[in-house]
Parts: sequence; structure tokens; C-alpha cells
Amino acid sequence: MQEAMINKAKQLLADGTVNRVMGWKRGEFVYDITPAVFETAEEIDADFVCDDFTAANVSKYLVKESRKEGKILAFLKPCDTYSFNQLVKEHRIVRENVYVVGIPGGPKLDAEKIKAKGITGILCVKNENGTLKIDTLYGEETMPYYEAILGKCETCKSRKHVVYDELIGEEGEVITAEDSGRFDMVEKLENMTAQERYDFWREQLSKCIRCNACRNVCPACTCENCVFDNPASGISNKAAADSFEENMFHIIRAFHVAGRCTDCGECSRVCPQNIPLHLLNRKFIKDINAFYGEYQAGEDTTSRAPLNNYDKDDCEPSIVHERGVE
Amino acid sequence: MLRIPVAKSDELFAAIASQQTLYLPADRKDGQAEYRKWEEGVKLSSRLNTVRSAKDFFFPQTENLAEFRMEGKKIEVIDIRKESEDFVIFGVRACDARSFTILDKVYLVDPVDTFYQTRREHGTVVTMACTRPAETCFCQTFGIDPTEPEGDVSCWSDGSYYYFRANTDKGQKFLDSLSSLLEDGDTAALEETKAKTKEILSKLPLAKVSTENFGGDKLNEYFRSEKWGELSESCLGCGTCTFVCPTCQCYDIRDFDTGHGIQRFRCWDSCMYSDFTKMAHGNPRLTQLERFRQRFMHKLVYFPANNNGEFGCVGCGRCLSKCPISMNIVKVMKALEEK
Repeated sequence: MQEAMINKAKQLLADGTVNRVMGWKRGEFVYDITPAVFETAEEIDADFVCDDFTAANVSKYLVKESRKEGKILAFLKPCDTYSFNQLVKEHRIVRENVYVVGIPGGPKLDAEKIKAKGITGILCVKNENGTLKIDTLYGEETMPYYEAILGKCETCKSRKHVVYDELIGEEGEVITAEDSGRFDMVEKLENMTAQERYDFWREQLSKCIRCNACRNVCPACTCENCVFDNPASGISNKAAADSFEENMFHIIRAFHVAGRCTDCGECSRVCPQNIPLHLLNRKFIKDINAFYGEYQAGEDTTSRAPLNNYDKDDCEPSIVHERGVE
Repeated sequence: MLRIPVAKSDELFAAIASQQTLYLPADRKDGQAEYRKWEEGVKLSSRLNTVRSAKDFFFPQTENLAEFRMEGKKIEVIDIRKESEDFVIFGVRACDARSFTILDKVYLVDPVDTFYQTRREHGTVVTMACTRPAETCFCQTFGIDPTEPEGDVSCWSDGSYYYFRANTDKGQKFLDSLSSLLEDGDTAALEETKAKTKEILSKLPLAKVSTENFGGDKLNEYFRSEKWGELSESCLGCGTCTFVCPTCQCYDIRDFDTGHGIQRFRCWDSCMYSDFTKMAHGNPRLTQLERFRQRFMHKLVYFPANNNGEFGCVGCGRCLSKCPISMNIVKVMKALEEK
């Protein structure tokens, strides 16, 4: 796959279709891959990588990149295409300045999950028939491949690209919620008592170090100046003034991206404290599906989103009271 | 050397905790480690390091400094400082232990930061020598030997025993208080463990990263380097690197209206943030390129320029494993060195 992508990138650069390529650059180790823009065939030959660890969704970078001179080639996994579409819909990406090549998705691997097994000194990681063979400074280690799969790939929602100019590899299908198990954990949380649910979130959110990585990586968070960074907003803060404030930050953010979050899973992927932030967003997605009919943000660029629309059949606000009180 | 069987560690921790509050790295459910207050049942983590560094003990993320109460035109300033308690941090790695020396150079010089100073005085640091360094480790680059950690007390383990050596008066007092538990013993097995660790250390992928081409005299060359654009291109502008970093030391002071008065607190700041060093006239660093450059110039050029060549990094590797886009100080050093 990597070779086909490199060839495609070099071809499109050579024939002038694009003048830059958005992809991933290899790092010091097998897993520390950086999203990068390549401008020449030499740079691509030297550093371009697409493998088990190229999990980063590069769609958000295209907000800035698509406003530069010339067209940029972007390699997008199925999940990334939903973010891309949503950003086009919100007039954040200039569509005609991006040449989208759809590439197969994951599952991608999570180095943290390998390390959590106590495996350290990681030099090389290979999947051999469902067993991950890990070459380390302390000898070879093995673990089941599926246990190292990145959280967002475990509940993959689609192998279909919702936007592309060209595809490499075969097109896949949308995966139903039943098959992906995407809402299983949300249901588990819904079935908890209020106290249990509160305790769950307190334990998770109290780990927050307020680094803002979740917000800054989020393709739905593209405000020029976030209220939390803007002293004129009256609610800007860099740290919690009391122990409950971290919860508010995440809950407000989840509200703000409701109906626009495509469930790309980047928030949880980048969280240094492994907080399952995507569950907040999934709760909104699940509720929107239940109240307004199935809706997938980013599926298209033209439809009106349920929360931006009005319909006489919309559920009444009283639903909050009916469902919210135990 | 004084030692105690690893099997008796619960007894050891109980004895320490009976005198002072004891904090040590413990495993979380998600497989990562964090410093936790010891109580019965808490086990010392076997992970190499905690997600958050040990600097939190001396320089917490948020801290209230003072309160103000206003009545008409009268402002009352209330000193809210409480008496600090003695505490022990057990299991600090050599990198984090060195970070305290770096923080001291910032906070214990004139004008002394008395909030920091008080905590330093009340804290006893018991380090733990490394036996399984990770691929992300490069403390040796900064002259740190993880098999000979600093601290008030150095501790080693060979798997069967914990060995202790006091390095300061405070450390000696700490070991004296545990004398009934510790026995003098032979260190042959420990020396073997150290030798094995040293062999791994020489094979670490980052073992050859050197500070040779960095320091105060590189200011103009690196500040003007054309590499910053490419290096900072994908930076998200989040604060992960600065907040997991044991040596990042910048903070912001804010006033918070509680409704009943004003609470003045300080909190960690990040040079990666858009309002960092924002002043009345505006912001001197308008794009992520300048913010990104600031962080690495500070550690590799400005800090050594002001501190007799000492660098502002200890090679703990946290930023290497935690940066969402995997951009870090090692990649920056390598890129700047390329002509």
C-alpha cells in the first residue's frame, strides 16, 4: 500500500495535478509518526510512511493547507473522509484545492497498549497471523494483535470513503452500529445509576491535565479563537480553579461539537491520560439518532444537520425531563 | 549497604507512612502509572515512569496564592498559606530527580519563590535506579546515570532487595528513622544488575544523542534556522509536551472572582499556547512557529546560557511518547544539527 501511495504521490506531483502532498513522516521509532506536508519526490522517498501506526487523521490540517497556493494531495482513510466532508460542509476546507486519494483504513495499532503490557524498549513491531511480534531491547515479546488495536479502530464505523477523487485499493461498506459495537459502552453508561455514572466520569476526567490536545486535534474544533483561550469571553482558563472545572470543559466541548462530531476518535487517541473522551460525543450521536433519526455527520456536504434544522416532528424539549430524572 | 527484602516492601512503606505522607508511583487501571498517596494495598508500579512527572510535588499545576476581600475602597489581602507537612516521594527516577536541580535554579534564586521553597524543604526525595530503560530514554545525553540516581536517598533494586544510600542530611535522618527495618548486606547481586542495565543503556536507540552542538553560543544560528517552519508545521499547539515535562516551569497568574472576593492563583502555562506572554502591547510570538521555537530554544540554548551550560531537559522521554503528533526535542536536535 505504501508503495502504491508513494507512486501515486510522485505521479501527481510530476504531472502538476498537485504541488504538495499531505501524509505521514516516519520518526525515530516504529510508532512515532508525524503528519507532514511533502513538496518533492525526494522528500517522499526519504520519509513518507503509511503503516500500522499512521493513525492520525490529517483532515484538520487541510483547513489551513487548502487556503495556500496550489492544490494539495491528501491521503484519507475512510474515517478521515467523514471529517473532511464535514469541514467542507462548514466551509472550512476549500474543496477544489484538495485532491483526495482514498486509502484503506485500519485497524491501526496503539503503541500505548503495547507498553501497557509492560513491553518496553520497542524496536520493531510485526503482525504475524494475529500475533504481534515485538522486537525489544530485552528480546522478542509477543501479544495478541487485537489487543494492540487502537481504540477508535476497535469500533470502526465505516470502511467506505464518503469523498474521494481517486481510490487506492477496494471500496468497503458502512458498518452498522450492531456490528461495530460503537454504542455498547454508551449503553453501559446509560444503564448505570446516576451515582455510578458520576463516579465513572469523575475518575476519568480528574486525570485531565488540561493540555487541550483533544480540542486542538479535533476536526470539529476549528474556531479561530476558542472561548477557553479568549480572555474577553469571561470563561477563559488554562487550569481548573476548582476540581469540578475539568468536567465542565469537556462537557461544554462535547455540546459544542454535537451534531458535527463524526466520531473520528482522535480526541481519545491523543489524550495523554487515556480519558475515553469519545464516549461523551458518542452519547450525543446516539441521542441524535434516537430523537431525530439516523444521522452521520460528514456523510454528505449538503444535508441540514438535525440540530441545525427544524421539523414539526422534532422531539419536544420536555424529553429532557422525561428521560433525565431518575 | 543498607537493604531490605523486596518482599517486605509493604512493611517498609507502612513504616515510612507512619511518620510522613508517602507518595509513590502506582499503576492505574489503564496500565499507566501515576504518583499516589500510599495506603495499605497500594503497590509500587513496575512501569519505568509516571505520565505526570514528579515536579507536581514542588510545583503543582494550580496553586492559590492569596485572597482579596473588598469593602468599598478598602482591599484586604489575605495570606492563605497553611503550614506544610513533611512528605516523602519514593521511587523517583534519575531524570526526574535531576529536574528538581533545574527547577531549583529557577525558583530558589533571588527572588526566592517561597511557595516552592517550602515544599522543597518539607519533601524527602527517594530515588529508584532504573533497570529497564525504554527506547525513548536519553537521560545520558544530559550526563545523568540512571543506575546512580541523585536525591536525598538513592535506592536500587536487584529484584530481591532494595538497597539504600543517603546523600543528604535529610536523607540520613530518613534512613535512621527506618533503622529497625534495614540491615547491612552484600551488594554483589546489585552490581550485577547495574552492569546489565549499563549494557542496555549503551544500546539504547538514542544513546548517541549529544548536546555538543547546543548551548548559549548557538543563539543566533539556531534562532534564525530555516528548519523551524517544517518542524512546527504539524504542531497542534496543545500543551501536552509542556505539562508532562519535568523541567517546564512557566506559569501564569490569574485572579478568579469567587463572588465573595478574589482568589489569586497561579497555574502552569505553556509556551505552546496562543496567549503565552501576552502583554499590554500584544503578543511577541504570533504564530505557532515562534511558540514552538521558544520551547526548544529555551531548553537547548537560553537555559544553558543563563545556567553555566546546564540544559533544560533531562531526557525522560515523556514528550517522545506523549506528543499527539510525535514531534519532540530529539527530532528538533537532529534537524537543527543537519546543515
